[in-house]
Amino acid sequence: MRYLIRRIGFFVLTLWAAMTLNFFIPRMMPGSPEEALRERLSKGGSVVTPEQLRTVLAEFGFDPDKNIVLQYGEYLKSMVTGHWGVSVGSSLGVPVTTLIGDALPWTLGLVGITTVLAFAIGTLIGTIAGWRRGGLIDGVVPPVFIVTSALPYFWVALLLISIFAIGDNPILPNDFNYDQGLTPGFNAEFAGSVIKHGILPAATILITAVGGWILTMRNNMVTTLAEDYVRMARAKGIPSRKIMFGYAGRNAFLPNLSGFAMSLGFVISGTILVEYVFNYPGLGYMFYNATVSTDYPLLQALFLLVTLAVLICVLLCDFAVFLLDPRARTKG
Amino acid sequence: MSAIVAGTAAPAPSATRRPRGGIFRAILHNRKAMLGAALLVLFVLLAAVPKLFVPWLKGDPQAIGDLPLQGPSSAHWLGTTGLGQDVYAELIYSTRESLVIAVIAGLGATILSVIIGVSAAYLGGAADNVLSMMTDIFLVLPTFPLIIVLATYAGKGNLTVIIIVLILTGWSYGARQMRAQALSLRNRDFLESARVRGERRSYIIVVEVLPTMISLIVANFLGAALYAVLTAAGLQFLGLGDPNSLSWGTMLYWAQNQGALVNGLPAWALSPGLAVALLGVSFALLNYAFDEISNPALRPVRRRRAKSAANS
Repeated sequence: MRYLIRRIGFFVLTLWAAMTLNFFIPRMMPGSPEEALRERLSKGGSVVTPEQLRTVLAEFGFDPDKNIVLQYGEYLKSMVTGHWGVSVGSSLGVPVTTLIGDALPWTLGLVGITTVLAFAIGTLIGTIAGWRRGGLIDGVVPPVFIVTSALPYFWVALLLISIFAIGDNPILPNDFNYDQGLTPGFNAEFAGSVIKHGILPAATILITAVGGWILTMRNNMVTTLAEDYVRMARAKGIPSRKIMFGYAGRNAFLPNLSGFAMSLGFVISGTILVEYVFNYPGLGYMFYNATVSTDYPLLQALFLLVTLAVLICVLLCDFAVFLLDPRARTKG
Repeated sequence: MSAIVAGTAAPAPSATRRPRGGIFRAILHNRKAMLGAALLVLFVLLAAVPKLFVPWLKGDPQAIGDLPLQGPSSAHWLGTTGLGQDVYAELIYSTRESLVIAVIAGLGATILSVIIGVSAAYLGGAADNVLSMMTDIFLVLPTFPLIIVLATYAGKGNLTVIIIVLILTGWSYGARQMRAQALSLRNRDFLESARVRGERRSYIIVVEVLPTMISLIVANFLGAALYAVLTAAGLQFLGLGDPNSLSWGTMLYWAQNQGALVNGLPAWALSPGLAVALLGVSFALLNYAFDEISNPALRPVRRRRAKSAANS
């Protein structure tokens, strides 16, 4: 039980650290957010009254006259209660939560599914490669996937575009999430379009992400196979398949599972680049746009959301380890 | 290879102790390491004497020419950019900045992770708890968004800012491994004897502990350098670098901005990325090979031996 309490404590602490970074980075950096906001608001040709500026700044949780400790407290409160302010970027005045709500399903569908898929496929191939040590698969797998795991996301994306999506009659589309002529709805045509537009970005993430899982799983497997209990299982005459998955695989899988949670931050990094290359209107693309238009409230909310997503996954993986590993339950 | 087989066949303590310079011999015996090292040497050459590879170039590699958006030809091996610059010359001269970012950011992150990881293991108690917690937090925080946020606020295009940010976000993974290894070394006899001799703690860490961790430190540097190469290129590709600098990421940014792929110029759009990929692959190959060298269990075995081991 102590294990779980510790992990939940870690969750809260990290979330707090992320929110604190979010609060202090804009205030510590050169150039005041106020200036950037004024510039941004008057760029459209409209005259900004000091009152308007004040309102937007207040939404952003920024009040230059107030004590910084008080500001910090109010900021934390509004972040926790979901008052994330309004966008000051290209979609001026729209609540940040609405913007994020529109983009979230696309990223969740594309990145969520492909990441889990990459993890599952990679772990399976790694298990087999490690089991048949020195075999045909094991001879090919490590060199190939060392290479793919070192490829830059955006380069794979560009390569796929130049192969499949450029030319007189491209096989697959290279941008947006569905054909812009269609109206969203639950029909076959729309679903088909969504899938077609998702293939290239998904393939990009899959190609670059799967290698790491294969390599770590293979190495874990090799280390685990040298353990005495595997030899014991062999001596008892337990079928190979059962040793492979139930004895060695299960134990080799545990560090991989914790690694999965820890690596989600990297996955999200790649997502920003992939969505940018494919103009895919998910959170990553939104993040990029928020950067370009110095949309601080949106940027802050997105960063917080991404951290939250990673932390929830970490917590879920911790629960899974808790269930799978008796040592985590007893040791605490 | 024969040395490895002999080592596993005769586990006498004297046989497992390799003489100094064992790492270099191990690299020579490992095909992955050889390939990675060869690639790295090539890139170092490119960075040190780019003139050697573009002997006909006089003056600025970014010089604007009169023939924009040309495909590959004998005059321009990889075509020209939207401003008529020669892509091949730019590519060669960009090696320097990309390699410098990788090495400096990699070194910085490694030093930071050694300091934090080893002191966490050696101080123990509350200090260890605080440092480990900090490491875990930095490990989980989504670094790339953080980097983007930092780079946006701290002024775009500043190379120093990019390197500092890469160091600050790249140390945590290594620190965790360093701490684990240092903890496992903590109660070994040779450290005990140093303590009994009455050596200072700083002496023990620098002279006794660090040399035994050298292969992990090298592997860590390679991993951090790989991370730095990919992240820096990604940042510059998004336009968060200096748009006038000569680097692969910046080339990619311009290629994307001027629609290289749409204009049917895949050589321009893909070659800088290929360079990034190859540099990344060379770090990754060396890294993986170092894993094999420092952990004998992971070394490739011949099929015949594997079979006999499985049957026994």
